[in-house]
Amino acid sequence: MKAFLILEDGTVFEGTSIGSKREMISEIVFNTSMTGYLEVLTDPSYAGQAVVMTYPLIGNYGITPDMESKKAWPDGYIVRELSRMPSNFRCEGTIQEFLEKQDIPGIAGIDTRALTKILREKGTMNGMITTNAAYNLEEVLPKIAAYEVGDVVSKVTCKEPYVLPGDGYKVALMDYGAKNNIARSLNQRGCEVTVYPAHTKAEEVLAANPDGIMLSNGPGDPKTCTGIIEEVRKFYESDVPIFAICLGHQLMALANGGDTHKLKYGHRGGNHPVKDLSTNRVYISSQNHGYVVDDTTLSQEIAKPAFVNVNDGTNEGMEYTGKKIFTVQFHPEACPGPQDSGYLFDRFMEMMGGDR
Amino acid sequence: MPRNQDIKKVLVIGSGPIVIGQAAEFDYAGTQACRSLKEEGIEVVLLNSNPATIMTDKDIADRVYIEPLTVEVVEELIRKEKPDSILPTLGGQAGLNLAMELDEAGFLKENNVRLIGTTSETIKKAEDRLEFKATMEKIGEPVAASLVVENVPDGVAFAEEIGYPVVLRPAYTLGGSGGGIAHDREEMVEILENGLRLSRVGQVLVERCIAGWKEIEYEVMRDGNGNCITVCNMENIDPVGVHTGDSIVVAPSQTLGDKEYQMLRTSALNIISELNITGGCNVQYALHPDTFEYCVIEVNPRVSRSSALASKATGYPIAKVAAKIALGYTLDEIKNAITGKTYASFEPMLDYCVVKIPRLPFDKFISAQRTLTTQMKATGEVMSICDNFEGALMKAIRSLEQHVDSLMSYDFSDLSDEELMEKLHIVDDRRIWMIAEALRRGVSYDVLYSITKIDKWFIDKFAIIVEMEKALKDGPLTPELLKEAKRIEFPDHVIASLTGKTEGEIHQMRMDNGIRAAYKMVDTCAAEFAASTPYYYSVFGSENEVEKTSGKKKVLVLGSGPIRIGQGIEFDFCSVHCTWAFKKEGYETIIVNNNPETVSTDFDIADKLYFEPLTPEDVESIVDIEKPDGAVVQFGGQTAIKLTEALMKMGVPIFGTSAENVDAAEDRELFDEILAKCKIPRPTGGTVFTAEEAKKVANELGYPVLVRPSYVLGGQGMQIAINDHDIDEFIGIINRIAQEHPILVDKYLMGKEIEVDAVCDGEDILIPGIMEHIERAGIHSGDSISVYPAQSISAVTKRKIEEYTRRLARALNVIGMINIQFIVCGEEVYVIEVNPRSSRTVPYISKVTGIPIVPLATKVIIGHKIREMGYTPGLQKEAEYIAIKMPVFSFEKIRGADISLGPEMKSTGECLGIAKTFNEALYKAFLGAGIKLPKYKNMIMTVRDEDKPEAVEIGRRFEALGYRIFATAGTAEALKEAGVKAISVNKIEQASPNLLDLILGHEIDLVIDTPPQGADHARDGFTIRRNAIETGVTVLTAMDTAGALVTSLENTNIKELALIDIAKVQ
Repeated sequence: MKAFLILEDGTVFEGTSIGSKREMISEIVFNTSMTGYLEVLTDPSYAGQAVVMTYPLIGNYGITPDMESKKAWPDGYIVRELSRMPSNFRCEGTIQEFLEKQDIPGIAGIDTRALTKILREKGTMNGMITTNAAYNLEEVLPKIAAYEVGDVVSKVTCKEPYVLPGDGYKVALMDYGAKNNIARSLNQRGCEVTVYPAHTKAEEVLAANPDGIMLSNGPGDPKTCTGIIEEVRKFYESDVPIFAICLGHQLMALANGGDTHKLKYGHRGGNHPVKDLSTNRVYISSQNHGYVVDDTTLSQEIAKPAFVNVNDGTNEGMEYTGKKIFTVQFHPEACPGPQDSGYLFDRFMEMMGGDR
Repeated sequence: MPRNQDIKKVLVIGSGPIVIGQAAEFDYAGTQACRSLKEEGIEVVLLNSNPATIMTDKDIADRVYIEPLTVEVVEELIRKEKPDSILPTLGGQAGLNLAMELDEAGFLKENNVRLIGTTSETIKKAEDRLEFKATMEKIGEPVAASLVVENVPDGVAFAEEIGYPVVLRPAYTLGGSGGGIAHDREEMVEILENGLRLSRVGQVLVERCIAGWKEIEYEVMRDGNGNCITVCNMENIDPVGVHTGDSIVVAPSQTLGDKEYQMLRTSALNIISELNITGGCNVQYALHPDTFEYCVIEVNPRVSRSSALASKATGYPIAKVAAKIALGYTLDEIKNAITGKTYASFEPMLDYCVVKIPRLPFDKFISAQRTLTTQMKATGEVMSICDNFEGALMKAIRSLEQHVDSLMSYDFSDLSDEELMEKLHIVDDRRIWMIAEALRRGVSYDVLYSITKIDKWFIDKFAIIVEMEKALKDGPLTPELLKEAKRIEFPDHVIASLTGKTEGEIHQMRMDNGIRAAYKMVDTCAAEFAASTPYYYSVFGSENEVEKTSGKKKVLVLGSGPIRIGQGIEFDFCSVHCTWAFKKEGYETIIVNNNPETVSTDFDIADKLYFEPLTPEDVESIVDIEKPDGAVVQFGGQTAIKLTEALMKMGVPIFGTSAENVDAAEDRELFDEILAKCKIPRPTGGTVFTAEEAKKVANELGYPVLVRPSYVLGGQGMQIAINDHDIDEFIGIINRIAQEHPILVDKYLMGKEIEVDAVCDGEDILIPGIMEHIERAGIHSGDSISVYPAQSISAVTKRKIEEYTRRLARALNVIGMINIQFIVCGEEVYVIEVNPRSSRTVPYISKVTGIPIVPLATKVIIGHKIREMGYTPGLQKEAEYIAIKMPVFSFEKIRGADISLGPEMKSTGECLGIAKTFNEALYKAFLGAGIKLPKYKNMIMTVRDEDKPEAVEIGRRFEALGYRIFATAGTAEALKEAGVKAISVNKIEQASPNLLDLILGHEIDLVIDTPPQGADHARDGFTIRRNAIETGVTVLTAMDTAGALVTSLENTNIKELALIDIAKVQ
């Protein structure tokens, strides 16, 4: 069946429908990872967005147990070509079936490179995927333009707290849309991880006397998370060591009076170089963010930049002065992408008191 | 870290002659690195024995030494030039081994030369089997169970402990020389003996066989600050068991999930860090297809063939970055030259798929075993880029120029099902075609996988291509079907033949439906950043990205495709120099080529690079977009010449000599007319299509005659026939491939062979020099030792050659290059071949005369005159040096190939000996070719009757040098009669002890074996020659070569070689 991708600027791509046949409108973003499509699809940070994969051959190894959350989150999925026959020893099914089962509409067979160039040049924009060939541009364009990502954290966070057992440090993981590998990375280091819904009050978390707090990644514009920011401020004021990733990093900055802004087309992929300013070492990182902390809005007394993006010089991490608080914009938990910055979890362990 | 200011003068060691396993990729890497060093103001001293390379140009390095790559030469060079550093990681294994020897001997330290880009500890850890294993165990990286052995009994004992099959890998060899898989004790002994002999340190690794696992490679970079990145990973379609150089390879990996991808990536970074590599490194893995288990197969702590491929596949210039790292820069300080915005500290992201296919030489060595093993056999490779795998594969197939253009090109339809299943077990260069045939017959993926271990994902892709063949055959051909066929890159003529239409009709249908090739950019970043480098590949069904460019005149330079015997790196040298010359003249330059190993496909050589097959259809699509003002075909070898007619049809003017005149040189009747008009004699002959016609012509001429197809490379299919039976056989071989052009039959003249390259501007000619072959006519010019200036012809003859060259160039209206081969018998000069194009000898003659022929020819093509460029027309003054070009062979790599020399070219590369005297030059040339005599001072002679008088003289000279001569009965008798001591030995078919026992006894230095002429005898002595080659014995099959060698040996007292800086030759 034919499908159409209609961009906010009026550009139309014609391709083949994949996954769900329903119509969707969302914010279109691109990801440059060559492997890890399943991790991308199940990363809650994509809630409220439709993802274009720039690598043209998707689904080659099918669906494996490598889900980063319980379900797929993007509103839509845009690819050049889906493999008709996946091959891998862990393959449990095809991506086609997965998209249908997860009710994700998508489009294949379009020139994804041309689409990526539009997004790069004009910036991230909204779009619609439809199978209705009789679409009327004049009608749909205003609808597309009106789309807002909105409060997606509430949509993706867990409903009830739960515990992932361990015999080491007790870590409170604030689930703003956490990828599984954050908890797994902590578990692997022996931590007992208690996962809390995003809107849990700080008092409740702190009452459990955690050894450390982990602020997770998550979707959407950090500034819309006003309630959560207040709770993060309370975490800041406690003396509990904190490690934050992505949205968590942005929320901590906002909780301290800093500012964030939207990047033209974001960083999404597994090849972004970040420099650790304390060692000048460069690490290749996994990234997925559309917003960035404006580090000039935080005074050095509050926090100092700890990581910077080598490509565009944007902030990639902060170290909070006089606090055991460390935040990064990128994803040390990888999945998908390079594992080079996994050592940051070890640093968090040290902040909590080292080996025990 | 800013650059180390103590580094001011760097010695770069190249990789020497092209042999299988060490080809043009090192010229590419070395050239890029030298340019990168010069950019930093470093004085570059270059050493490489290979004159056909671009790196040995005075434009590339400040001081250029084309000298043998031996420890003594490097020592002398260091004393002479006093560099402060050596960069050894760009010249392949040859360069690395030399640097190691010097370092181990303490020579570098004594002379205050530091190794940059690596350390000897790093090299030892990576290359010494034991240290490597210990290092991997230390960091917990798995390697297959293995043991380094230094003798056969230890090896057999270990193999029996871990169980057969086992893999054997000799330490410190090129392209896995001498390696293999042994399935039982007998094979074990055979391969191990050979491997121990080939290893520089007499060690062979015996390891657990992991054949059938996925073979995955990572290209990794690391700087002095410890920053690491992976440039790309690659997946071999052929699983472990086939050398990666002989495997079909795809980039990035296709069947690895993120878990496997990152697991191996992290491992590769751990390894490069532990080895403390600063620069580039290649790590090869075997990955179990059904678990996460993996083994590290090998680490190459230097640039390699794979790194050249990775550079071209991603746009990331590994050699350039490695050179900057060697100077002390860190990755985040080095700009990404493709985007101009980002830095070298990132990982390229591909938004396309790359396929590499090896170019195997079985069309040249028809008797050779086609099976592929861990011993590399390919001479070169092609690469293609597309946005889908099927398309990339189809493009790569037709880039091979081996009469293949689809998965139907080898026809196995007459095999029975049983035969087909049997053949599927054979791993050879036609395996994917065999699989395609099996798919056509409905063999299941499971069965194909269980036999071949090729991942089902790839088998499914082959099936998609096979299904398209059927869809096209079944019809009807709708625009949708055509669109889909083009998306997966079916060529128009294949679609035409499947649909019963003409190629023209398919083309028209495409135009009517707007189905045109579009071009996408290789930008290292999947379009995330705007790129400024116009490096393009074609796709169908997408938007075109080529930007309309400048008002400049545009020239299309057609490259020479994959490196093969007969068409090597020298044509890349010519293409690159032509491009640079056009650039200097203000043209916009566009290169089309498909060889990832070459300098011409580096992203900053031409203004635009199209990485595409060199077929008329692919070139036409580029022409449609670019609309060039003209095309140059005379520098890209036969590949480019063959496109002349097609270009004319597209309306693209040919710059330089016109197509009709190219034809006139190849068309026998036209050419005869021209020769007659010019009053130039040629050996008499005729043109034929059938064996009957050929026999008639041959009998009129009288045997022996030379038989060859027209329009061929390197004498392919050329043979000397001595009777009617030979003609039947040779014509049969030639006609296995349908000939569009007639076959030539000429009287065979035994004389001196002379070769000339010249530039003609339409009026005047310029001949840089006359080259003389040491071997008499009958041996292909590419396989002959060539001497400049010619030593044994008279001044009168030289004038005659100059005059004939002038007449021919004028008569053929040559504008640009011409190459002529003559035979001189007494004072009589005959023309045997004319090529109105650049030839194999152009780089060599340019370098030794100091005359930049290619730029001159290019300027002539543009319209300049020889006189106005400051040259006096005619034969130029002879240089003060004698330069000898020596062919280099790779026979030991190709099992079953006959090594005897003849009219068909067999050498893979060449080296140069340059000196003030003939003897010193000859000595250097043999040294450069790796002929190391004597060890035991024992030799074998077995020669045909007509060579006996000469054999006696040569035998006498060897005897005087202290050699013990073993000879077969007839030869021994002739020697004894003339008073030369000879020990008579039984022929191989006679009782033991015979010749073979002697050879296998490992105490023979040299075999001189001249086989009788003619098809009946061609295989006489074959077993002796093969066994000798495979046990490392030098074998000569022409008396002239033997004479030259003995001359060289008589002069080995030349201890102190004088090194000559080519950059100063005027």
